[in-house]
Amino acid sequence: MAVTVSIPTILRTHTGGEKAVEAKGNTVLEVIDDVEARHSGLKARLVKEDKLHRFVNVYVNDEDVRFAGGLDAEVSDGDTVTILPAVAGGMR
Amino acid sequence: MLQIRRDLVDAIVAHARKDHPDEACGVIAGPVGSDGTARPERFIPMLNAARSPTFYEFDSLDLLKLYREMDANDEVPVVIYHSHTATEAYPSRTDISYASEPDAHYVLVSTRDPETHELRSYRIVDGVVTEEDVEIVEAASPTESYMFAHTGSDDKPDS
Repeated sequence: MAVTVSIPTILRTHTGGEKAVEAKGNTVLEVIDDVEARHSGLKARLVKEDKLHRFVNVYVNDEDVRFAGGLDAEVSDGDTVTILPAVAGGMR
Repeated sequence: MLQIRRDLVDAIVAHARKDHPDEACGVIAGPVGSDGTARPERFIPMLNAARSPTFYEFDSLDLLKLYREMDANDEVPVVIYHSHTATEAYPSRTDISYASEPDAHYVLVSTRDPETHELRSYRIVDGVVTEEDVEIVEAASPTESYMFAHTGSDDKPDS
């Protein structure tokens, strides 16, 4: 089960500058763990208390995993997992 | 320093006025030049998915589309702008905690005064806010610069 994981600029320090890395896994969490095994530090930026950090969005192909099972969202061979920092803020 | 064309500043202010009292947000994308710096060129107003006077958030699917588009065009988010509709144009704690584009200029515009706006620009890196000068460039004439902030009368708002 090989998938492509697209890494945002701010997390490329963890992947030696790579924009995308290959990974294996049947769920988003397994994919993150697999990437973490080779690029340590990445997981802590994405996962907090077994949930996706609210500052990041993770997509499997065109779907936001928040609406598809979160870290348990299924991933299939050839899928693209895209990580993007949320763009948000406010007056407080 | 942020160098930005006047028509782009006008577009940010017009968007902020139009969505007032909700916060408005968007991006100005541009290519990275050979010297490594990027100039803001393509104005992309975004929907505030929160539709709130105190919070803004790009819709997650719009965000994905935006980044794919920029990737395909070899663009980066040069400016990330949003409005504060009741407070000054300074990054809030929430703005700082979410800021995750260290190479972007974070532009804030305050619309709390109905007559004049306040537009300021910042770098936000690892939670540290650094204000920068905004130099407003006329489309085809010499430049006019402002120290630290640009405060001025607004053009006629959209009706």
